[in-house]
Formats: sequence, structure tokens, C-alpha cells
Amino acid sequence: MADPQAGRTMVQVLHDTLRAEMLRDPAVVVMGQDVGIKGGVFKVTDGLHAEFGPMRVLDTPISEIVIAGAAIGAAMMGLRPVAEFQFADYMHAAYDQIVNQAATMRWRSVGAWSVPVVFRAPSGGGVHGGVYHSQSIEALYGHIPGLRVVVPATPRDAGGLLRAAIRDDDPVVFFEHKALYRRHREIVADDAEVVPLGVARLDREGGDVSVITYGMGVHLAREAADRCAADGIATEILDLRTLSPFDREAVARTVARTGKVLLVHEANRTMGPAAEIAAFIAEELFTDLDGPILRIGAADCHLPYNGPEETAILPDAARVEEALRRLAAH
Amino acid sequence: MSEPAEPPIPDGLLLRIYRVAVLTRAVDHQLWLLSRQGRAGFVLTARGHEVAQIASAAAMRRGHDSAWCYYRDMGVGIALGVTPYEILLGGLARGADPHSGARQLTMHLSSPSLRIGSISSAIAAHIPHAVGAAYAARVRGEDSVAMCWFGDGAASEGATHEAMNLAGVHRLPVVFLCENNRLAISVPLALQMPVERVSDRASAYAMPGESVDGTDAEAVFTATRAAVERARGGGGPSLLELRVPRITPHSSQDDDAYRSAEQRAAAAAADPLPRLRETLIERGMLAVDEDERMVREAREQVVADEDLALAMPEPLPERARRWLYAGDPPHGGVTLPARYANWTGVFDG
Repeated sequence: MADPQAGRTMVQVLHDTLRAEMLRDPAVVVMGQDVGIKGGVFKVTDGLHAEFGPMRVLDTPISEIVIAGAAIGAAMMGLRPVAEFQFADYMHAAYDQIVNQAATMRWRSVGAWSVPVVFRAPSGGGVHGGVYHSQSIEALYGHIPGLRVVVPATPRDAGGLLRAAIRDDDPVVFFEHKALYRRHREIVADDAEVVPLGVARLDREGGDVSVITYGMGVHLAREAADRCAADGIATEILDLRTLSPFDREAVARTVARTGKVLLVHEANRTMGPAAEIAAFIAEELFTDLDGPILRIGAADCHLPYNGPEETAILPDAARVEEALRRLAAH
Repeated sequence: MSEPAEPPIPDGLLLRIYRVAVLTRAVDHQLWLLSRQGRAGFVLTARGHEVAQIASAAAMRRGHDSAWCYYRDMGVGIALGVTPYEILLGGLARGADPHSGARQLTMHLSSPSLRIGSISSAIAAHIPHAVGAAYAARVRGEDSVAMCWFGDGAASEGATHEAMNLAGVHRLPVVFLCENNRLAISVPLALQMPVERVSDRASAYAMPGESVDGTDAEAVFTATRAAVERARGGGGPSLLELRVPRITPHSSQDDDAYRSAEQRAAAAAADPLPRLRETLIERGMLAVDEDERMVREAREQVVADEDLALAMPEPLPERARRWLYAGDPPHGGVTLPARYANWTGVFDG
């Protein structure tokens, strides 16, 4: 038994949220490879198979197209499926179903059909997972109208956002950074909290520089901000939580406060989410800026198994710190 | 081993199948005319497939069983109660089209009330949806069957294998119906698959597979009814191959030049409509003058529908981004001509 005073990890909160939603609504089902008897390779669905049975917690063959496609058909017939892909890297096989089917269904039926599916997947690197267990692919879905894209950074937000995603009537792509699954514990007092999609969270207030980020980027920003604080640089951290749609008002507020913006994500830099947010700031908030908009992302490369190359490609707190100091001095 | 006697085909069903086939053919004819006149931008029709589509749909419980179709399934749609007027609204790109608001190409039907899933141009993408619908019926304890039609081209997609495999593992209530016209646009069957019959693949999914002459209304209905009953009774999925001719080019944008004149003539000679008409006349179920009247009235009905559809406005550009997400006001729907007040397709009467 986990000690409630010690808080819960992201995996535990995701698990508890899934279970609570399944108890609350018999239409909620879980499907995916190894989600049943094994309880998921990261144990997010641990015990649900025994509690809810093999149909509501469906162990599927290794068939990403039908995991996504059957979830869509089941959603059209009244269920609220949570479809798990074992790794985001394997979701590409289901891209047609998510992008051509789930994302278009309501629009192409002039509002007649809903597809309330959550497509969940562990993503992100830094775990020596190699090219097929490390990818950050949220930008691929942020480009698609009809989808919502969510990336939690903390256990509490993971639960609140998953609850909102399951109850949402539109398809949601939900990425969980696997390196954050067990790294932090957080006391989640309110087990019914719904974190609305599309609303950012001010992670830390500060008047000198804004870091706008999400997922693992929030933790890199915290570490970098702590180091800069020793030198009197006050960093504001905005955790977007939802990438599509991203919270334009919250971005505008922090840009107005500091005038200096650093965008951080683990996804590749080129055509990454930061490019879109930077363009929004440049177009709409130009007069608030007191410096260049800086971006940090992965080095436009696939992620290797070996440590030195992986470290070279991924963003880290040192690079974030360096950019923060550069902006602060501007 | 003696098979239990097949229950008889319901009285009047063959005539109803024929009547819907005649109406479907009249819509088909009109859409090709509109395409040549430049009024309909893109046309996909069912010519040659109609009897297989309508006779298989007739084995469903309308509005209870779900229908997962592809763009050639005009006969399935009309059999379930979609009206020619709606199809013409779509073909003429009118905003009142209730299926897609003319956002999709012609014949991309969608109707939650008839449980017809939204048709996608992406080949075989709907086959996993059908399996998901069957899974939902299992979870919810409903005795609804998912009916899934697709062409021989779709049989080559990975989605088809994944979907049939999952259906086979859990013995889900799905009936897979492959309308095999032996052409995936231009690619002949021999270049699509190494087996002679699509139904040969059923054994890989531990489901019964049967190949049926898709121009024989009685054979199609009987085989489909058995598959539907098996699915409804917990006996799992089935794969039926309905062998049909493709009488037209693939679409209005296709020249059919890859077929010889002899091949095209052979397809036309296999037209299922004259065959069903002759059966009905031979059995005294249809008089020649009745048939002539039925054909004439179907054409008049479709022309009248076309006139009404042409008088309807195109969508407003301001509407373009509506219904991307939940929360928009509903589409106004369609006001059907009075003649369709009690129209239930092949289930009429």
C-alpha cells in the first residue's frame, strides 16, 4: 500500500483515475496490447482486468490499426474507450485511424457522430529506449483539426487531465512521459478534480523571463530556474498541459509580464510545437517583447540506445539555464 | 449429415429487393448524367452490385444492426431507407445533405439513426470500426450485429486483417461481406491476392467463409441471413464473398481503358437486374407492364428529387469550420419530400 502522505506517482494517479472513471461510467473501457492480464508494461492498468473483466479491459493482439479503429467504432456505438498504445513510437501504424477517421468523424458527418476516445501512449526519451521507445510525437497530432493533444507534467495534472479527456466528447491524444511515470510523487487531495483541456497552469511566478513548456520541459525549466534564482533571475514557468488547443490567453499574460520568452520541449526543434507558439507570440504579442523568442528542442535526430549520443540530442537543464541567462541579460 | 431445412424467403421479399434495385439503378443513371453535364463533380455508383447489396442488407434488423459501408454501397443505403433525394443533395454539393453536408464526395453516407457509419474514402478504414461496433454490442449486452461491406481491393489492406483477426479471437458479432468485382480500380484480382476466393481467407480467422453468386438475390439473402443469425446467436463472425460484376468504370474520373471491350461486355451481360426481373416474371410475381411502370416511376421519382435538390442552396462559406469539435449547433437536417414519409427501403411493406 502506498503511503498517502508520501503522495502518488504519475503511474499511480493515472491508474487510480482510470479505475475511478470505469467505476463511475460503465461505458468506459480500456483496450490495448498487454493492458489486461499483465496490467500494462508500465502498470497503468494494473488490476483492472481482474476487477472489470476481460471485455472492459481488452487485451488486443499487436494490431495498432484495430486498437485505434475498434475504439472509434465502439465510441460511435456509445462507449468511451481508452485505447493504449504500448509506446508512442508504435502509434504511427494507427495514424490513419486517428487522423483520417477519429479527427474527421464529427466534421465529415456535420456533427452527427462523436468519437469520444482517448488515445494514450507513453512517449519521451532519456531512458536508453532507443529509436522505438523514445519518441516525442505530439507535433504530428497538434497539426490535425478535430483532435486535442494533452501532455501532463505532474501526477496531479495527469489525473485531472485524463479525467477530462475521458469525459470529453472529442478524440484526445494523451502522451505520458515515461521518465516521469515514477520520478516524482505528489499528494493529490482531490480525487475528482477535472483539469479542463486547453487551460495552462502557472507552475512558478517570476518577473524576468518566461519559460513556456509542457511535459518533461517543465522539470528541466524548474531545475534551470532554481540555478538562475541564486543569481537573482526570477523565472516564470508556464505549463501548457494541453498543446491543442494551447492556452493563448495564458501565453499572452506571461509574455506581457516578462517580455522575454524561452520555449522548451523534448520534441524535435524543427516544426515542433514551439515554432507555432513562437509564431503566435510574434504575430499577436510583438509589442510586449523585450528580446528574441528562444526555442530549445531535441536536435532533429532519432534517439539512440547509447547514453552519450542520447544526451547530446536531448535538451537538458543546463541548456535551458544557459538560454535563461542569455535572455535575462538581454 | 443432413442440414436443417433453410427457412423460406419471406413473401414479397424478392419483389422488394427488385424494387429497391430499380430505384438504385435510377439514381445511378441520373448521377452519371449529372456528371456528364458537369453538375455533379464526382460520381461513384453501384451498377452491378445492387442486388448483392440490397439482398444482404435485407437480412438485417433495420436500425438495430449497424451498417459499415464503402462508397459503392448505394444499394445498402437505399435498402436501409436512405432516399434518392439525400444522395442527390450530396452529389450536387448541397448544404442540406444530412450525411456529410456535401463535405464528402458523392455516396459517402452517414446516419446515426439508421446506424450507418460515416463512409470514408480511405479503403478498409471502416472495417475496424465495424469490429469496434460488434465489441460495443458485446460490452453492452446488446444482440446487435455489425454488418461490414467492402470491395476486393479492401481485402488487401492491413486494417482488414487486423479487424478480422480481432473479431475471430473474440467471436464478435460481425458479418464481413466482400463485394468482389475482381477489380481494384484497374488492378485485377490475380495481382491483388494469391487465392482465388476472398472467402478462402476466412479459415485464418476461424470463421466460416462462403462464396456466393452476388447476382442471385435468393442465394445472397439466404447466406447473409444465416451469417447474421450465427452472429446474433453468439456463433461469431462470418466472411461472405459476393461475386459481382462492375458494369461502369470505377468512377466518373476513370476511363476503364484497362479492360477490353469483351471484358466490359461480359460485365454488362452479368447485370443482376434483368436476371432478377426474369425470375420474378417466371414465378408470376411481376407482370411485364408492372415492371415497365415500376422502372418509369423510379426514373420520374429520381428526376423529381433532382429538381428539388437543384433548387436547394450550396453551403455558406461561414459554415466551413463548424462541427470540428463538440458544441456547435446541430445541422438543420433535411426535409424529405412527402413521398418518403413512410419510406423504409427494402423493409417497406
